[in-house]
Amino acid sequence: MKIFIPTPLREYADKQDAVQVKAQTVSDALDQLTTQHPNLKRHLYSEEGKLRAFVNVYLNDEDVRYLPEKEATTVSETDSLSIIPSIAGGC
Amino acid sequence: MLKLSETIYNALRKHGEETYPHECCGVLLGRSEGDTNAVEDAVRAGNTRTDSAHNRYHIAPQELVKIQRQARERGLDIVGFYHSHPDHPAQWSPTDFAEAHWLSCSYVITAVAKGVAQKTNSFLLKGTTEEDKSFEDETIQVEELVAGRC
Repeated sequence: MKIFIPTPLREYADKQDAVQVKAQTVSDALDQLTTQHPNLKRHLYSEEGKLRAFVNVYLNDEDVRYLPEKEATTVSETDSLSIIPSIAGGC
Repeated sequence: MLKLSETIYNALRKHGEETYPHECCGVLLGRSEGDTNAVEDAVRAGNTRTDSAHNRYHIAPQELVKIQRQARERGLDIVGFYHSHPDHPAQWSPTDFAEAHWLSCSYVITAVAKGVAQKTNSFLLKGTTEEDKSFEDETIQVEELVAGRC
């Protein structure tokens, strides 16, 4: 499956906009991503090893946090993951 | 430096006037070259902060996923974002900074006073991590339209 990397994190993924992994679950896919590109880890995870609050992970068009099995959700070769940091603010 | 056409520059300012007294928001698509973000399109996004739209904005991640996909299909990247500050200066706020996570992207803010766009400023989110990020004033270069020749 493909994992799409947002613009600010590409320099930690050999400047690629997408990384190909073979995975059984969302969690497995993210593990493989950070194994292939270890420098991504500190940008995606807190020191406690949890996904940072502002990092959204979408399986196709679904927010992984709202899937029944969350990161344990099974994935297939044709699925894609998108990593999307949140965007918000205000005066 | 942020480079964009006069058409895009005017469009994002007009967006802020249209949504006044609420904040508008959108995504800038283009290409990054060094410290220059060259914008080729500005995509309007919905502000999900309907509870406090006069002083907050938030773009639904699902909408961002779609915008990023459409950008990819056009060979473009997300290089920045824009929003408006209704009756407030075109200066980043503590909330803007706390919620800024797209390092190396441009954050464009337009002040809108009584429904009329005023100053537009851009801030480049510099740094290598969430812990050392900072906003840096960024020059906006607006490429003027050239009248067509017959």
